Amino acid sequence: MSGRHPAPVRPRWRTREHIRTWAALAPSLLLVGVLFGGAVVQTILRSAGLLGTGAGGTFSLAAYRTLLTDPVVGRSLVLTAAVAVIATAVSVVLGIAAALLLHRLGRGRKLATTLFQLNLPIPHVIGAVAILALLGQSGLLSRIGAQTGVVDGPAAFPAITFDPWAIGVIVQYVWKEVPFIGIVALAILAARGDELDDAARTLGATRWQRLRHVTLPLLLPGVLSAAVIVFAFTFGAFEVPLLLGPTSPTLLPVLAHRRYIDTDLAARPEAMAISVVLTVVVIAVVLISAAVARRSIRSEAA
Amino acid sequence: MTHIEVGDDTGRWPAATRPGAAAAATEADRPSRPRAWVVLTVTLLLALLLLPLVPLVLASLADAYFYPQVLPERWSSRAWQVVLDPGSGTWAALRDTVTIGVSVAVLSLVVAVPAGRVLGTRRFRGRRAVELLLLLPVLVPAVAVAIGLHVVFLRLGLAGGIPGVVLVHLVPATPYVVLLSAGVFANAELALEEQARALGASAWQAQRHVTLRLVAPGLAVAALFGFLVSWGQYVLTLVVGGGRVVTLPILLFSTASGGDASITAATALFHALPALVLLVVVSRVLGTGAFASVGGMR
Repeated sequence: MSGRHPAPVRPRWRTREHIRTWAALAPSLLLVGVLFGGAVVQTILRSAGLLGTGAGGTFSLAAYRTLLTDPVVGRSLVLTAAVAVIATAVSVVLGIAAALLLHRLGRGRKLATTLFQLNLPIPHVIGAVAILALLGQSGLLSRIGAQTGVVDGPAAFPAITFDPWAIGVIVQYVWKEVPFIGIVALAILAARGDELDDAARTLGATRWQRLRHVTLPLLLPGVLSAAVIVFAFTFGAFEVPLLLGPTSPTLLPVLAHRRYIDTDLAARPEAMAISVVLTVVVIAVVLISAAVARRSIRSEAA
Repeated sequence: MTHIEVGDDTGRWPAATRPGAAAAATEADRPSRPRAWVVLTVTLLLALLLLPLVPLVLASLADAYFYPQVLPERWSSRAWQVVLDPGSGTWAALRDTVTIGVSVAVLSLVVAVPAGRVLGTRRFRGRRAVELLLLLPVLVPAVAVAIGLHVVFLRLGLAGGIPGVVLVHLVPATPYVVLLSAGVFANAELALEEQARALGASAWQAQRHVTLRLVAPGLAVAALFGFLVSWGQYVLTLVVGGGRVVTLPILLFSTASGGDASITAATALFHALPALVLLVVVSRVLGTGAFASVGGMR
């Protein structure tokens, strides 16, 4: 009704409601803004020598120059990015596959779905301890191998924890994130999957065509934002690589902490600079993927 | 006016990610007997996901879990007795973890309720920016937040104590609780509040007797999430607590580097169990999609 009469002036109640809206948002925005914003600003200032010990309060990019020339940091950055990309990609593929399978279950789907997400609330520290107990050189698999005569002892079992390729770290991430991606995909399938699939079937689409042109495009937007969350987490996680990961070069978040607690206070600006790099990469990935998602929605609508 | 959209009634919370969407899956729209290979693959998948917990259970029940035992040579409750002993560090760690977790849940809920109501029920300019701003603390690496706040807290005298740890846990917890509360308000029948007003209730009465009743279960679960986020934090506690605040994750880590596999396993299971119980409660109230709707647990 009101749409027929465009309002030429903004009614006064709208501004009052505007104030009320922002007043309701203020406490949480302030809390998050002061704590999180404060942390980010401190990190940036200290990485540039403007606060704290070491550089003496004058602007300097020495910490960043050190990072650029330090081969340990370079290798660590490449390894961290590779681990995050591989873990995310594998989790997405397996998560979608798992969701498609679970969705096809008739009876027992509810029980299977509950079991499927059992490890979602388990803290990562526990997950890391569990993976170590399973895949470590004296873990369960190695023991089974020894009992059956496949391996001679702990040293003969392939090192996939503390290994230079961070395989144990990737396995832990995949174990934890497949259910997350899977549940996101499953929710989309449950809401919209069947009607479109049936429509395509009625129109004569083969199973492969329906998967390729109906189901996957349906899943893409939701799974993409879930994948961004997974990437951000795996790129910046600390306790998993600390417990399961390689020591040299280690992953970037562990390196940041190591430099931060270094007895040599001159290493602190480097810790701050690594933190800034971690933060910038994550924010860039989030913004780029948000832009990509918005553009694809717009081109779909056009 | 024939607007028959069954799936998404509010239009504000995407249907696919709305809590409960997965649970609402219809049972009758698929062939009721799935193919054998589907059942087999799903069983294998579930077995793989649960497999890492098996060595923990075995080790926690072994007297001494030496290589290459698979099943313990001598079953024993030794590790559990050590972990559950009143004099062990477990109970002190549990007390601190719960104190911090409850404080985080309550504080984040207090700021989340007004924000959640606005985000869940109103459209306004800047909404997306607010949501993005709230998501950033969850996405930015915790180690960066920990280091950045530690240097400030050192000067404010907040480092090395429980209040400082509560504050730093609020950074990742508050966004979860706000976004979940927004979902709760988006799905609540808030029109009932106006009906109550029309029937003569005061604004306070309508809020107290109608709205609160509608949203209370959902908000309780949102607070539970805040608690769970705090429950699992490691690096924030490590850096800001400076080794003086020993929560269960910190205790688990030091136990794991101590070398007794059985005690490590029992500690890990002791830490995991409450989270699993809470998962069941959450799924009951919000449906199975609840965890996905807020990005899983970090």
